[in-house]
Formats: sequence, structure tokens, C-alpha cells
Amino acid sequence: MHVHAAPIATPAVRFAGVVRHFGTVRAVDGVDLSIAPGEFFAMLGPSGSGKTTCLRLIAGFEQPDAGHIEIFGETVEGLPPYRRAVNTVFQDYALFPHLSVGENVAYGLRVRGIGRTDRDRMARDALAMVKLAGMEARRPAQLSGGQRQRVALARALVVRPKVLLLDEPLGALDLKLREEMQSELKGLQRALGLTFVFVTHDQSEALSMADRVAVFNEGRIVQVGPPEEVYERPATRFVARFVGSANVLEASQAQALGGPARPSSLRPEKIALLAPGAPAPEGASLIEARVTEVSYQGPVRRVSVLSADGLALTAAIPAAAAGVMAGASVRLAVPAGAVRAMEGEE
Amino acid sequence: MSLATLDLPAPREGLLRRLSDILVRRARLLTLLLLVPPLLWLGLVYLGSLFVFLGQSIFSIDEFSGTIVREPTTATLLELFRPANFDIVLRTVGIASAVTLLCAVIAFPIAYYAARYAGPKVKAAFYLAVMMPLWSSYLVKVYGWKLLLAREGAIGWLAGKLGLGGALEAWLALPLVGGPSLSVSYTGMVLTFTYLWLPFMILPVQAALERVPPHLIEAAGDLGAAPGLVFRTVILPLAMPGVVAGGIFTFSLTLGDYIVPQIIGTSALVLGQAVYTLQGTAGNIPLAAAFSLVPILVMAVFLTLAKRTGAFDAL
Amino acid sequence: MTRAPLSLKIAAIGGLAFLHIPLLFILLYCFTTEEKSYAFPPPGFTLKWFGVVWGRADIWAAVGLSLKVASIATVLALILGTLAAGALARARFFGREPISLLFVLPIALPGIVTGIALRQAFGLMEIPFSLWTIVLGHATFCIVVVYNNAVARLRRLSPSLIEASMDLGADAFQTFRLVILPNIGTALLAGGMLAFALSFDEVIVTTFTAGQQSTLPIWMLSELIRPRQRPVTNVVAVLVILVTFLPILAAYYLTRHGEAVAGSGK
Repeated sequence: MHVHAAPIATPAVRFAGVVRHFGTVRAVDGVDLSIAPGEFFAMLGPSGSGKTTCLRLIAGFEQPDAGHIEIFGETVEGLPPYRRAVNTVFQDYALFPHLSVGENVAYGLRVRGIGRTDRDRMARDALAMVKLAGMEARRPAQLSGGQRQRVALARALVVRPKVLLLDEPLGALDLKLREEMQSELKGLQRALGLTFVFVTHDQSEALSMADRVAVFNEGRIVQVGPPEEVYERPATRFVARFVGSANVLEASQAQALGGPARPSSLRPEKIALLAPGAPAPEGASLIEARVTEVSYQGPVRRVSVLSADGLALTAAIPAAAAGVMAGASVRLAVPAGAVRAMEGEE
Repeated sequence: MSLATLDLPAPREGLLRRLSDILVRRARLLTLLLLVPPLLWLGLVYLGSLFVFLGQSIFSIDEFSGTIVREPTTATLLELFRPANFDIVLRTVGIASAVTLLCAVIAFPIAYYAARYAGPKVKAAFYLAVMMPLWSSYLVKVYGWKLLLAREGAIGWLAGKLGLGGALEAWLALPLVGGPSLSVSYTGMVLTFTYLWLPFMILPVQAALERVPPHLIEAAGDLGAAPGLVFRTVILPLAMPGVVAGGIFTFSLTLGDYIVPQIIGTSALVLGQAVYTLQGTAGNIPLAAAFSLVPILVMAVFLTLAKRTGAFDAL
Repeated sequence: MTRAPLSLKIAAIGGLAFLHIPLLFILLYCFTTEEKSYAFPPPGFTLKWFGVVWGRADIWAAVGLSLKVASIATVLALILGTLAAGALARARFFGREPISLLFVLPIALPGIVTGIALRQAFGLMEIPFSLWTIVLGHATFCIVVVYNNAVARLRRLSPSLIEASMDLGADAFQTFRLVILPNIGTALLAGGMLAFALSFDEVIVTTFTAGQQSTLPIWMLSELIRPRQRPVTNVVAVLVILVTFLPILAAYYLTRHGEAVAGSGK
């Protein structure tokens, strides 16, 4: 496992050897984790990888079968959700259908015994913060998906959590709205200086928003680090393929392309297509290959090739570079340092 | 933004909140606590009484003193197979089958129309029109048929007006289905039962029909099947679970009833009446218990068979 | 949508007419001048039977008893049925199936069996017949009506609502009061009304648990077996239709969105 710069001071959230199983399924299988205060932390993984269960363990909807969980230094095992200084934005938003938007946002204040005038004022402020001023009297059913999401956000933030948990918060939104919300969430997190823990199965979302990303697979964390590191130096085959796409090379293949004699990854966009007769760049490895397939993907073309010695690779080249066709013979250049060892693989 | 810097007051601590801590942590305990009162009521009061009563079917009655002999015996249960008693069982099952069949025949067009052709407004009206009689007073409904079936009542009058008086007389003169008048015949009894339980048949049949995807019927039509063939090969088989589910109600409700036969019907006993007389005037509790086992067993068999047809999904 | 064949239309409307015509006849016979038979058409019409019913103390005593029994049985059924629904709506545990069967049993088994069993138990424990013996019998089969309605609604309630409430700081009791109850309220109201109608109308079990007391259905039953002033029974029958009609209609409107009113036998 690759651990980046261990956070100093008391972690916002700390997991030590946490295990949670449902029947015979080990949903969370020995997770160690440390999230720094003020960090925007993403838990990324396919469905069933244990990321959501980890979030529910922090919220207190699940209790660990083994291991230890701390929130700002306080042991929380056995503590019910209402005794934890964390709040959740649910995937389905979980707005109370029988309450108005204002009452939804004020709910957490109401159960804390705060008087009506105070909580109304605070709910108004919170709604203004998520750009829903004046929507207090609406019913959740009258709102659009994006608006519901903002209400859920205001409702969680108004009770001033130390950690905000977000479960696939953008999953139900369409693409345009999702991009808008991404930057808004990020801005909100910076402005409030809060710790955000964010669950997603969408790698681009995790990469674009998070300070650090933990990649989950089969109940374990397979890699934690800043987005650039996770992308540039995937630690395992799983990470290499799940986060973006990658050519996974065996030790001998890696060595042949100028990399280390270890299982390695090679991102398609690092591979360059050489014009006929052009010299290879300094230090690059040269491959003679035949194109097997070309697919146009907007900004890039994906070119699948088979080299003379039987190695199948995918390269992503600028879409403008037209003229490559299936069956053509091409020369590819792999720059020095593009083949990177996967440290989690033997 | 000042949101994160201020601290909110903590919620009030109290006995309830601490109790809540325990219940939230131990979901099983919560389930158990919720279950205890209703289980005590039904398990102890209801199931207890039921077992004590039905259990007496293994006792017998002393012919001379009329007291219950508390020694296990199969004699009482075997008494059910004496011709006079077994006739009661057969008669009741026969009536229940006739009622179920008649209910299915009358219910089908209503359910089919509501499921396939009715718009939302009409469908709601149909639903209410079925629910109202379902929930109206049982006795009132029986009474309504007493009015209609009486010799001097509306059905007799109508038959006379339509010149069918002779046909009615002829029907009443038939063995088995006939009698001195409609209100003292099996015909009257079956009609009344059919009327009483019809809504119980309509609702599940409609539910089953609504689950038949319309494109399936259209597909069958596209493939060139005649409407009659579509009905027989597509609609009817798919509606069957609904009919069976409705049959569970119509059958079991008829098996256990003793009031309708008392008010409308012949002097020959049905199961419910037999149980009623045995526990009352005859004071033969063991035999009453034995008779009570019959509808329970018949229904157990019915339900097992019904389960195989997938009828429970249509409930 | 294609149009229905005429024959189907006629059969469907005929079937519905079959369901309603007997009830109309009961109304008609309220006004007949003939009190010794069910002669059709009625020889004459009068309003006097409404006055007669108004003056009959025995009827009003029966109405009073029925209302009292139905109210108490409904309250009991609401409490027990809601508890049972809360326990069984989502929980998965060993023995769940037999327990839910137990709740349905009182309505699945013939009423006569339930009635005799309860009477035997009262006799065995030397409990004298009273208002409470009737209530005991009624509550037993009313529980399932409330239970069915509450379970259906609870299952539609998103579990994340309960989690959200606790997440925001509400304990289990606050969550029940502020989130669960408001969301299942109409289902409980509907279940309660159906339970009331069921109890108000029940005769089979009541015959065994009432002793010498007379609820309205018991009064009607004795009139059906030994008729005296027949139109009086009609007037009472119409009264009963009205008393059960209104709660059932209300229950329908409370639950019409998405879930059927839980039908059940007697």
C-alpha cells in the first residue's frame, strides 16, 4: 500500500483494522485509514467494494465487528448516529416528505431543543448558503433533483458537523448539473474548512474533487493518495484499470519498454504515434506494430495495436491526428519513465 | 461563513435518550420488545384457546352422563367418517365449490373490464363499487337476500311478470337444488354466499390481470391468434393465480359459515351449523372440535396446492 | 386503449349491479307498510318505521354497546397492530414467517372456531361474559387489519429517512414521533377505521363471547331468525350501512395512493 504524507495532529477520522461482515460476506475486510481535518477525502471503488459500508461505519448506521474507529480522537464504536458529530448527505437525499424545505433544514435544530425563531433564522441562512433562499415553504416533492440535493446539504451543514459524509451525492444528477455541483461542493468545503468524506464509483469525480483518494476493492483499501499519484502511479492492476485506463505489463514486457523488471502500468496517452520517417525522441523505446482497431472518442482516438513480438497495447492519440486505420503499420514511442512499476504487485 | 465555528447546544439528556441508546444498538431487543405485547395477546389468548378447544377432539363424550371423558382416543375423529357426519362434510365442500365457481364466473368480466379497458376514473369507481359491498355489514347483506328470495319477494314477482313463474317452479321442483321456495333451497344459499364473497374474488383476479402485460396480448394478436384463442391461451392461464387466490377466500369463508344456512337454506346441516349445534344444544365439545378441524384441514390442503400456482403473489 | 366488447361491458355492469341491488332493496323496504312479509312490490309506503326505531330502547342500547366495543377494540388493535408491524416490517429473523401467519390466523380461520375457542377459554377460566369478553374477541381479529395497513406503509417508507433523522441528532423516540408517526399516520387512521367497521359489524364471534348482551348485529340476527316488525330491521340495516360506509370511504381516500385497502374476511 502506498501511503502519502501521514496527516499530523489528531485525524478527523481514523480506522484501525476495521472489519464488518454481513453473514458470510466480508463487506469491510480490515481497513486502516486516516483522514486529516479539513481534507476532502474520496472513497472510490466499484459497487460492493466496501466504500459505502465504511461511510456508514463513520455515520454509525453500522457497527464494526472488529477493529477501532475514532472521530477526532473520540472512540465511537457503539455510539448511535445521533451521538456523533458527523452528518450525512444521503444518496437518495432522504428529505422528510411530510415536512417543508424549511422544516427539513431545521430538523436537526428542532431535536436539539432550539426555539422556533432561532432555528428558522438558521435554516434560512443555511438555505441561502446553498442558493435556495426563499424556498422554505416548498415541499421536497416540488423540487428538482439538484434542489433536493442542496436542501440535503443545507440540512446536514446547519447542525455544524465536524465531518460531512456524502454518499454518491452526484449520482442522480445529469452531467451538466453534476459538473456545476462538483465545483460548488469543492468551494463550500474550502470556505467552511470542513472535513468532507465522499463516496463515489466515478473515478473522474474522485480525481477532480478530492485532496486524497482511497481506492477500494473487495472490502479493502488498495491505494490511498492524492489524485495525481493514484493516477500516475497505480499500485495494483485493479487501480490501474479502475482509475482511468491502462496498459498492464508483465515484468519482462515492462523491461522491454525501458521500464523496471516488475509488473507495471503504462497510460495510453503517454504513448506517442510517430510520423513515418520521424526520429524517436530521446530515450524513448520504439515499437513496430500493426493497428487492430481505432475508435474515435471526441478529444482523442484510441488506437489498439499488436506489436511484432505479440504485445497488445492501447494508445490514446490526439483526435486531430487522422489517417490511422486498422491494418496499418505504425511506429510507437514510449517515453522514458512512462512505464511505472505497480508497487502493490509482485 | 460562520457555520462551522459555533457550537450548537447538545440535545437534552434524559431517560428516554439513554433507553434509545440501548435500543438502537440492539435492534433485536427492539424487535423483541415490540413483539411482546401482540404476541402475548395472540399467542396466549388466541392460540391458547384455539389449542385447548381443538385439542379436545382427541377426547370423547360419555354417552350416558354427557360429560367429557379426558382420555386420548381416536374415536371422536373417526366419528367424522360416519355416513351422517361425512355427508355434512361433503355437502359443505360441494356448496363451497359451487360458490367458488360461480364467483369466478361473475367476477371475471368485472375484473377483466377494470384491468384492461377502464381508465383511471372508471377504475377508481369500479374499485369503490367492489369495496363498498365488501365492507358493508354481513348481516345486512344476508338480509337483503332474504328479502329478494322470499316466496312473495322480488325475484318471485319478477319471474311472474316475465312469465317465468313456471320455470322457477320447475327449478324448485328439481331434486338437490330445489326446495319449497328459493329462500329454503340450496340455490338460494349458493346465491347468497356468492353475493357475500364475490368482492373477495374480484380483487385478486383484477390484480392478476393487471399483471398481464398488454403487449403480451397484442403480441398474441399480432401472431394471428383469434380473440378466443388469445383469451384461452394467454389471458386465462395468467389470470389463474388470481382465481385461485380469490378461491382461498370464497372457499374458506363458505366452509366456516353457519349463519347463512340458518337463515337461508334447507334443514340439512352444513359444517358450521354442525359445530354450532354440537357445542351448544348437544354439548358434545369433542365432536365439535373434530368438526372444526375439517375446514382447517381442507384449507391447509387448498393453500398448499394454491402455493404451487403462485396464487399468493396475486393477493 | 381499445374499446371493450359490448358483451364484456354488459357482463361487468351486470356483475356490479348484482353487488348493489340487494342493498337497494333493503332501503326500499324501510318504507313499506307491510310488516308481516317481504311482499313485492310493497303495498304502500310510509315513514313511520323511522319513528318506531327512534323510540325503541332495545335498539339504542344495542347501538351503544356496539359503539363502545368497536371503539375499545379499535384502540387495542391500533396499539397491538402497530407494534407488530414495527417489529415485522423490515426485520429478518428466524420465526418471522410463523409469527406473521399468527397475526393473520384469526381472520383466516372460520369465525365460529375462534368464537367457540374463546368461549371455552372463558368458561375454563371462569370469566363472566361482559363488555370485555366481546372486546377481547374483536380485538383479536381487528389487529390484522391495522397490521396490514401499517406494514404496507412502513415498507414503502424509505429506511434512509429513519437514518437521516438519527443522523441529524434525533434519538429513537424522537424519530418515531417526528418522522415515522407522521408518515404512517394516515395508514393507521385507515386501519383503525376499517377495524372499527369490522368490529361494529361482527356477529359470528360475538355470538359466543357476548352471553346475554346484545350488540347491534346480535340484535339483527335475532330479528332475522324470528322476525317481528320487519321494516324496523330494514331501518336498522340502513343505519348500519351508513355507520360502516363512512369510515370505509374515509379509509379509501386515506390510502388510495399506491396501496389497496387491506381486504379481509370475517
